Amino acid sequence: MDARAEQKYNLSVVRWFAVMAIVYLVVGASVGVYIASELAWPVLNFDIPQLTFGRLRPLHTNAVIFAFGGCTLMATAFYSVQRTCGVRLWSDKLAWFVFWGWNAIIVSAVITLPLGLTQGKEYAELEWPIDIAIAVVWLAYTFNFIMTIFNRKSSHIYVSNWFFLSMMVMITYLHVVNSLSIPVGLFKSYSIFSGVQDAMIQWWWGHNAVGFYLTAGFLGIMYYFVPKQANRPVYSYRLSVIHFWALTFGYVWLGAHHLQYTALPDWTGSLGAAVSLAMIIPSWGGAINGMMTLSGAWDKLRTDYTLRFLIMSLAFYAMSTFEGPVMSIKTVNALSHYTDWTIGHVHSGALGWVAMVGAGALYHLITRCFHTEMYSTKLVNVHFWFFTIGTVIYIVAMWVSGIMQGLMWRAYDEYGTLVYTFAESVEAMHPYYAMRAVGGAVFLTGAVIMLYNVLMTVKKSAAEGSVRQAQTAAVGA
Amino acid sequence: MATNSKPKNLQEWMEVNIWALVLGIAIAVSVGGIVEIVPLFTIDKTMEHKSTAPEILWQRQAGQTLEDWKSGDGIRPYTALELAGRDIYIREGCYLCHSQMIRPFRDEKERYGHYSLASESMYDHPFQWGSKRTGPDLARVGGKYSDDWQRKHLRAPRSLVPESVMPNYPWLQHAKVDGAKIQKHMKGMQTLGVPYTDADIEAGAAAVEGKTEEDAMVAYLQVLGTMAVLDDNKVYRE
Repeated sequence: MDARAEQKYNLSVVRWFAVMAIVYLVVGASVGVYIASELAWPVLNFDIPQLTFGRLRPLHTNAVIFAFGGCTLMATAFYSVQRTCGVRLWSDKLAWFVFWGWNAIIVSAVITLPLGLTQGKEYAELEWPIDIAIAVVWLAYTFNFIMTIFNRKSSHIYVSNWFFLSMMVMITYLHVVNSLSIPVGLFKSYSIFSGVQDAMIQWWWGHNAVGFYLTAGFLGIMYYFVPKQANRPVYSYRLSVIHFWALTFGYVWLGAHHLQYTALPDWTGSLGAAVSLAMIIPSWGGAINGMMTLSGAWDKLRTDYTLRFLIMSLAFYAMSTFEGPVMSIKTVNALSHYTDWTIGHVHSGALGWVAMVGAGALYHLITRCFHTEMYSTKLVNVHFWFFTIGTVIYIVAMWVSGIMQGLMWRAYDEYGTLVYTFAESVEAMHPYYAMRAVGGAVFLTGAVIMLYNVLMTVKKSAAEGSVRQAQTAAVGA
Repeated sequence: MATNSKPKNLQEWMEVNIWALVLGIAIAVSVGGIVEIVPLFTIDKTMEHKSTAPEILWQRQAGQTLEDWKSGDGIRPYTALELAGRDIYIREGCYLCHSQMIRPFRDEKERYGHYSLASESMYDHPFQWGSKRTGPDLARVGGKYSDDWQRKHLRAPRSLVPESVMPNYPWLQHAKVDGAKIQKHMKGMQTLGVPYTDADIEAGAAAVEGKTEEDAMVAYLQVLGTMAVLDDNKVYRE
């Protein structure tokens, strides 16, 4: 029990964000498994508009990215900024405003997306009134974070905070520009951009939602929670400086690689691809920095299940940041674009890196914020294996189906005619779509185990009165 | 902030001064976007109708209505009914499984037709290029199948293509298109620079009178890729 931390910091808002993050992980992954099953067995659309793939897919992406990812980022940023700066959050009120505001946005997404209210831009589907709310809440989050750093007791700003901050600045920028639209009804608007310019702005947003929200933000998590959990300092300060600035400057350029061989001018796509290749260096630098933090303490992986999540996440991070640049090479992209390979790549990052490092950080933070041990450490290990195996099944299925699609579409016979109709390629995907749904279900089971374990831990903490004791215990000056 | 010694370099300055760090980040993240996005608005070569092929745009004479346009006359704004269909296309998330962007490869040309031009989606707010082909590309699906085929396919795709995994859309045939709403949408497009005349918008409500959402979808699908006739021997872009 850490009564000093409980009384000095605002851990209450962190507890709420942490628990909600896990609830949304289960919700988002459930929708994902459902829509994956729809592609394998289309009868599951049931002729009900609100259940069709086209309407639920945005709900899945928004739930996992903004509900699970967002709550995880808010819990971890608010927790680690207080610990690294040695001060309480600048404003408790603003922190609670962010909590309720963000959750209200999530609820409005759950209602509007199945109703087909959408701006029609991937990962930016929410309609304009919700977009305005997102901007307000996001700025409140950012401002509270910056002011907490401003009030800090430490002399230097710790590296995890650089990464969180770069996410906050870039997401503000991206969200505002990409969502610029003209309302033509209460829940209907049109992007002010069109065609090729809209495409470039959309993928500038799309790739940087990955690059900053799901990478920079989660690297902030990595730089705080890996050293904390391993009880070792970050391997190399110099490497973290290079990692940070190369990523912050470089990631922004990558969006254009989503539009190779399209009507986007060739120079833009090639520039995006060139910078993408160069990004292997900082990305691997960061992965090495995280993993080598464990040097001299590798034996901890045998007993510390939370650390297993954190280290496995870095292995997936290294893998997807190698795969991404490869896929941006024009000749590879000619095959991989429009196929399931892209979906596989996204999920090796989303399941293997984002969810894995998020789970590790949340386990760490929950024991510290509820001032008690996990209900079951054994279940943490079970969860770890469900996540790992589910992710591997998922991405293998998508690699095979993606490459197969790409090859079938371009296959010619000896007479110079196309070998397969499009429908034949759809039929060939069926076993892999089923396999993907199974992989997703295994992963989802891991998430459900986590939710159960965490809720039981909260219950245990309530029974022990651990939070109350920490709040009221006398602490020396 | 307990530091007394002066920062040794730029990096340290940003590590001890939060505002310097915010500013440094803001500058670092701005460069890539500006370099890649701004020129797309200013370089004429980006749009084929401004560089290699002015003829692909419909040259509308004064007094002509959208109804006077004939297939192949050139790129024009969507009619009221087509725009209503496009709204439904976006509402149902069709773009999540169907691309509208043909790449310049031999197999795509044979499957879908001439590669797509930037000018062909100049009136698409937002763009509908898509990113995934769970189903085939639709950039030039217009005229490929009959209206009747499209209706049957929308209601029950597997009745025509047994391998399909597309959902059925039986509710489209029962829902009516709202004329007042579509006029508002056309007005919004006009504000964004889509060349609708006031007369086009005026006529918009009557044009969709009594039409179902299925009619609108079919009208939209049937116009895709048919606006401009492209020349196979012409180089539209490098």
